[in-house]
Amino acid sequence: MEKRNDRVLWPEYQKNIAGDHYYFARSCIRQNFFPGSEELFLRILKEVLGLDIFDDAHQTTCTGIAYHSGILPVETTMTVVARQFSLMNDAGYRNFVPSCVTSFGIYTEMVETWQHFPDTLEKTKAQLKAATGRSFRLPENIAHTSDIIYKFRDEIAAKAKYRLVNARTGKPLKVVEHIGCHYAKIFPAKGVGGAEFPRVLSGMIEAWGGEVIDYPERRHCCGFGFRNYIIKENRGYSISNTKRKLDSMEPYHPDFIVANCPGCTFFLDRWQYVLAEMEGKTYDTEGYGIPVLTYEEMAGLVLGYDPWEIGMQLHQVSVDSLLDKMGIGYKSGEKYLGASKEFIGEPEKPSVLKVK
Amino acid sequence: MKLSEELRKDVRFSEGMKACINCGTCTAICPAAHFYDYDPRLIAITVQSGDEKELEKLLKGDTIWYCGECLSCKTRCPRGNTPGYIVQALRNLSIKTGYFSFSERGRQQVRVKRIVGENILKRGYCFYIDEINTTDHPEQGPIWDWYRKNAVSILEKTGGNYKAEGPGTLRDIQPSDMEELHRIFAETGAIEQFNAIEDYCDGKKK
Repeated sequence: MEKRNDRVLWPEYQKNIAGDHYYFARSCIRQNFFPGSEELFLRILKEVLGLDIFDDAHQTTCTGIAYHSGILPVETTMTVVARQFSLMNDAGYRNFVPSCVTSFGIYTEMVETWQHFPDTLEKTKAQLKAATGRSFRLPENIAHTSDIIYKFRDEIAAKAKYRLVNARTGKPLKVVEHIGCHYAKIFPAKGVGGAEFPRVLSGMIEAWGGEVIDYPERRHCCGFGFRNYIIKENRGYSISNTKRKLDSMEPYHPDFIVANCPGCTFFLDRWQYVLAEMEGKTYDTEGYGIPVLTYEEMAGLVLGYDPWEIGMQLHQVSVDSLLDKMGIGYKSGEKYLGASKEFIGEPEKPSVLKVK
Repeated sequence: MKLSEELRKDVRFSEGMKACINCGTCTAICPAAHFYDYDPRLIAITVQSGDEKELEKLLKGDTIWYCGECLSCKTRCPRGNTPGYIVQALRNLSIKTGYFSFSERGRQQVRVKRIVGENILKRGYCFYIDEINTTDHPEQGPIWDWYRKNAVSILEKTGGNYKAEGPGTLRDIQPSDMEELHRIFAETGAIEQFNAIEDYCDGKKK
């Protein structure tokens, strides 16, 4: 949050983010759809910032997608959350860092529920004990992975090899930031800057030289909608809400979109492909679409990581135009090489959406 | 069984239903209301009225299944209500009473259970790359087919731990951890609920 005239604005939205020694909780969607981002998060913390973070093999899903699709009793999700906290206790950590925005909402919701209804905490303790023999203590701090990158944005800026600036014109890149609904809309005081004026992504963008675009549907949901996406015939809901956002941001000519939620990153990327194929519509002037990045990918580019080692070739909207604008000296010939530098073939090209 | 009393037992109902002034702010910002014939304001005042017949109609209808649970309504309600939480409690009661099987949207829950619920019990993830194909998910695009075909090499390149032991992206979750997860599902009623969803949908349970 900004300081003006020595007065801190909105002190209730000054989030406490632990400074080191984190327990990492992974995201189902991110591991599948943007598999380089979580590894990049760990690399940035360890290699660039010199921080301690524990990646636990014993964790499972938090059940968030099942919970928000209405198939699970709340007690099940509560007890799975309690087991994750128990694993954190076993590992000797107190600062819990979920990588998924819906997980962040789930962990926060369950802790709040236990506080508001203490009998539910007792029930969860008993159910966890009966099922697994485990007990648990609450984390001292819960922060989303994007909170951690935000906290260290200036340290990252100090080590930057590239900036969010058009290398040819010298002008800041225009960036749309999209905050996942479950980051701050459920518990505004738990997100940096609250629900209406979150700073978690805009703070990174500005620290790294970019310009944040304000547009009418900036706070509208991406349209995941859980069961509205999982069931094939319901997906009109999802693409329509993404289209609402894309139509609203188009006149501002964004150079790229960055999101802090796994689902949002996926939908803003993939529905652009579907809209192009179905309606011939692309949202940039050249027909390539607007690249959609995770915040780690944005940080990774700024820090000079190889875009193909961090998985940026796995977006359906290709990111090459952004790499060109930033003046990143990437090797386009290595985009489709495998782990041993072997050529693994090229993906089929969409019929409308252009791919570099 | 009095439905309004059952609803009040759900903590999400207690958190979500304070006193609705019928202003319509929730409906104005609701993504589901933009797309469907759906009005969270109407749900809140119906539930607030305590009319048992209207409640039963809600539980047996399509309406409660339209919400996307984005919870945008929680932020914006000027009186601290959360229609999204009310919907969560209604969905829970609709499953428990079997009323979900009366509506087309409600019956979709059996497919959600088979897709997400069974994947959790099989792998410990809500989704897993091996189960996601472009026939069911054409929106994934040709990049997904290329990624799946070359998953071993690409995931090694990006630092993953695909189907292996130990920590890392897309690792195999080990049997002892899966066993704990299964026991939690059994202890907290999820397995019983999964079976009930199947039984209501194929008519074994009424």
